[in-house]
Amino acid sequence: MIKKVKGFFRGLLSIFRKKKHIKLGLYGPPNAGKTTLANKISMDWLGESVGIVSKIPHETREIQVKERIEIKGKGGKKISFNLVDTPGIATRIDYEDFLKYKLNKTEAKKRAKEATKGVIEAIKWLDNMDCVVVVLDATLNPYSQVNLTIIGNLAAREIPVLVIGNKIDLKKAKVKNIENAFPQYKVVGLSAEKGINIEEFYDALFEVIK
Amino acid sequence: MLTLQFVAHAEIKKLSSGEKINRILNLVKEDKIVLVEGRLKPMEETELIQRTMEGINKNFKGIELCTVYPEIKRESVMDKFTRSVASALTGVRSGLTVIGPATVIKEIKRDPNKIQLLTTNGLNRKRSYRLIGKKRRR
Repeated sequence: MIKKVKGFFRGLLSIFRKKKHIKLGLYGPPNAGKTTLANKISMDWLGESVGIVSKIPHETREIQVKERIEIKGKGGKKISFNLVDTPGIATRIDYEDFLKYKLNKTEAKKRAKEATKGVIEAIKWLDNMDCVVVVLDATLNPYSQVNLTIIGNLAAREIPVLVIGNKIDLKKAKVKNIENAFPQYKVVGLSAEKGINIEEFYDALFEVIK
Repeated sequence: MLTLQFVAHAEIKKLSSGEKINRILNLVKEDKIVLVEGRLKPMEETELIQRTMEGINKNFKGIELCTVYPEIKRESVMDKFTRSVASALTGVRSGLTVIGPATVIKEIKRDPNKIQLLTTNGLNRKRSYRLIGKKRRR
């Protein structure tokens, strides 16, 4: 009953919100390629990047917003949104893990502290999203609890979701595993770094953002 | 030594989400692997992650978490109704939530058929415990 009432008000609000820019969030575990995808989208439509990418986990430790991105689809359709790139969500953060990437102890500790704050921020921002792209690394097992928790939360909040299997340029990538894990969602395999399948991603965005 | 503690649904059903999470985290911080009867709600799971992040320090590096529950594929309308009423009255008690400290659990591997808990011991060797499910034939 409460869900129905919430749904009704969400629908009502969306009528008034329609002319404004919606918030499109990029969520997922660390190192899945959220910022790489954010950069690709932003470069394609604004000609500027969003943030720095790196092989070290938790490179993005603060919410990054790129405002007023307008993308054009088939038949002259347009959608515009504020793109929100979020820090990767994790359940464990150990500064010692960063030492493997040749950071010194002080840098590693600082990074770990900032990363914990980033996870908290990312979760807090869930409530602000109108639509979320969940970015997963297609070379990894999709049944991780972080993935299930993110998607479960979005479902409970009734936020439209598009799931991305990123890094399909790598041999180990298996988008089919992600499709099997989340059969209720549209899944698009792509490589944000190489720009592979990016058109299919934009088409899918039009399907999800109505 | 590995300590497992079972938390029955009856023990936590009357607690608020915050109290439930406190109870679980306190046990995890005692280096115990906690088996909770039933599932946490999605919002409780994110609250648990938030509270975990707030508590990370020199000794507490976070948690490993895994929720397993029976997959309901085909269900009659009557069965669905009965399950919904039962859940509303008694809370979600089907399934199992495994939560442990990141310093003890190296990884929880999971696929649709099994979950495996990999722990670290003092010698930093990996040990694997198959919790649920059958080993798949290859």
